[in-house]
Amino acid sequence: MSDLHTGTLTQLAASLRAKKFSSVELVTGLLARVERAQGALNAFISVTREQALAAAAAADRALATGSGGALTGVPIAHKDIFCTQGVRTTCGSRMLENFVSPYDATVVAKLKGAGAVMLGKTNMDEFAMGSSNETSYFGPVRNPWDPKLVPGGSSGGSAAAVAARLVPGATATDTGGSIRQPAALCGITGLKPTYGRVSRYGMIAFASSLDQAGVLTAGAADAALMLREMAGFDANDSTSVDTPVPDYVAALEQPLAGLKIGLLQEFFDKGLDPENERRVREALKVYEQLGAKLTVVSLPNLPLSVPVYYVVAPAECSSNLARFDGVRFGHRCENPHDLTDLYRRSRGEGFGAEVKRRIMTGTYVLSAGYYDAYYLKAQRVRQLISADFTRAFQDVDVLMGPTTPTPAFAIGAKTADPITMYLNDIYTIGANLAGLPAVSVPCGFVQDLPVGLQIVGPHFSEARVLAVAHALQRATDWHTRIPAGFA
Amino acid sequence: MYDFAQVFSFHPRILSTPMSLTREQIASIAALARLELTAAEIPVYQETLSRIVDFIGALERAPTQSVAPMAHPLPGLSQRLRPDVVTEVDRHEGYQSNAPQVAAGLYLVPKVIE
Repeated sequence: MSDLHTGTLTQLAASLRAKKFSSVELVTGLLARVERAQGALNAFISVTREQALAAAAAADRALATGSGGALTGVPIAHKDIFCTQGVRTTCGSRMLENFVSPYDATVVAKLKGAGAVMLGKTNMDEFAMGSSNETSYFGPVRNPWDPKLVPGGSSGGSAAAVAARLVPGATATDTGGSIRQPAALCGITGLKPTYGRVSRYGMIAFASSLDQAGVLTAGAADAALMLREMAGFDANDSTSVDTPVPDYVAALEQPLAGLKIGLLQEFFDKGLDPENERRVREALKVYEQLGAKLTVVSLPNLPLSVPVYYVVAPAECSSNLARFDGVRFGHRCENPHDLTDLYRRSRGEGFGAEVKRRIMTGTYVLSAGYYDAYYLKAQRVRQLISADFTRAFQDVDVLMGPTTPTPAFAIGAKTADPITMYLNDIYTIGANLAGLPAVSVPCGFVQDLPVGLQIVGPHFSEARVLAVAHALQRATDWHTRIPAGFA
Repeated sequence: MYDFAQVFSFHPRILSTPMSLTREQIASIAALARLELTAAEIPVYQETLSRIVDFIGALERAPTQSVAPMAHPLPGLSQRLRPDVVTEVDRHEGYQSNAPQVAAGLYLVPKVIE
């Protein structure tokens, strides 16, 4: 039973149904791994041992009577941005250090309904604002491939947990790359679905025109299974789209012959590490061998996606985070002398440096006299970027390029300069601005560190994007590699 | 039209140019955002916000005449309406269990009116 952690989410779900082992055995084994790895990785903010064992016992009873769902008894972890009833939900912030959610996020409720067992809540950049997991109030997460390096962010805890095989799958969120970038840097698969595909009810808001919930798993087949159980219309989310959820698992085996792949010309720029580029081009060659046709596609406005993002996202964040006022929930300062003092000190103490920086950037770009020059201007350029994608998808089925410019970097290397950190998301932000589904899949190693290939599709093409990712994973084994310390 | 090098080029240049935001502007932004900053934080934010403002200044060069602003990414998405019926149950006790200070079902704050 000591090698259960190497099973994929799909394999574990099938083995549990076939009663090869029990959910209690599996959960007990993985909880031990979670606790053993905590000192080295800091991937979790809360471990919910007792609830997990109780849920596993209930799952075993359901499996015994054959009444389980698609994920019955399968252990997962939730990014600590998703509200979990009766369990602390911190969003990586001192502001919510003691917040116990009174309800479940829809994603949490759906996965629970499918039978999944939550082992805990994963570490993340504070309020999902970061690309390295260094802004967490609960300390940085370490990359399982090399503990001196960052795992990426903001979903760094979920990514590290899956990469180290502490859980076979974890939820995550992506506002500018927060699923795909850590997936690339940790050597796993990360899917950001179409805007509106997965409910955001109970998912703590950062930038509401960009945020989307998704999954981190070893392979694309696991992502398909998890997404199928998470996706769908939710009346509690006004941006949720009422369109049927296809069976992403059944759609995995579509043939690739004739697939038209567009290479994002702007992504193969001077900023891209040449070794990283080589791995991406090797993956593209595999697609050619599988019968796909490659053409180079130019999205001329795409290089402006980072400045657009750093207007739109902070603007929306300054508005969303206004709810943290020290009155209804969250941190409150000691002995406020009036209401303004209560607001200012509660927020000044409760938020970390990067969150304050983004709130102030947003406040500035929305303030009188600057609104047109920055906010409206950014929204217009966003329209141009989105139109570039629409035009590209008239000629190709999917777009491909690197997920990140380089492999994982050292903890502390980019914290001094926010712009250097922001440029890490240079290849991922476009899909958020245009609301497109995108996946990062492992495509090789640069000096023993994993790098990712990014696949972007048109709105609601998750089935196609996952099938394309799966085809690469049938031809290569990068997604099965496990960091040495966690094999 | 643009390349990433052009966008990157903002970065080294601004190191030698005067800061775009003054200490007073930072204090005023923080006041608008209801954020108390320490004396040590103000120069840090003056420097980093100035760099961010210069960085996002790259947008100025984009030709956007007659381009409509894009508020969200799904074309044709409109606000749904629901029937005007009560669907929520009263859960104020559960919600207030996270409040820093409550009494008799009310949130307490410092005295607002003398």
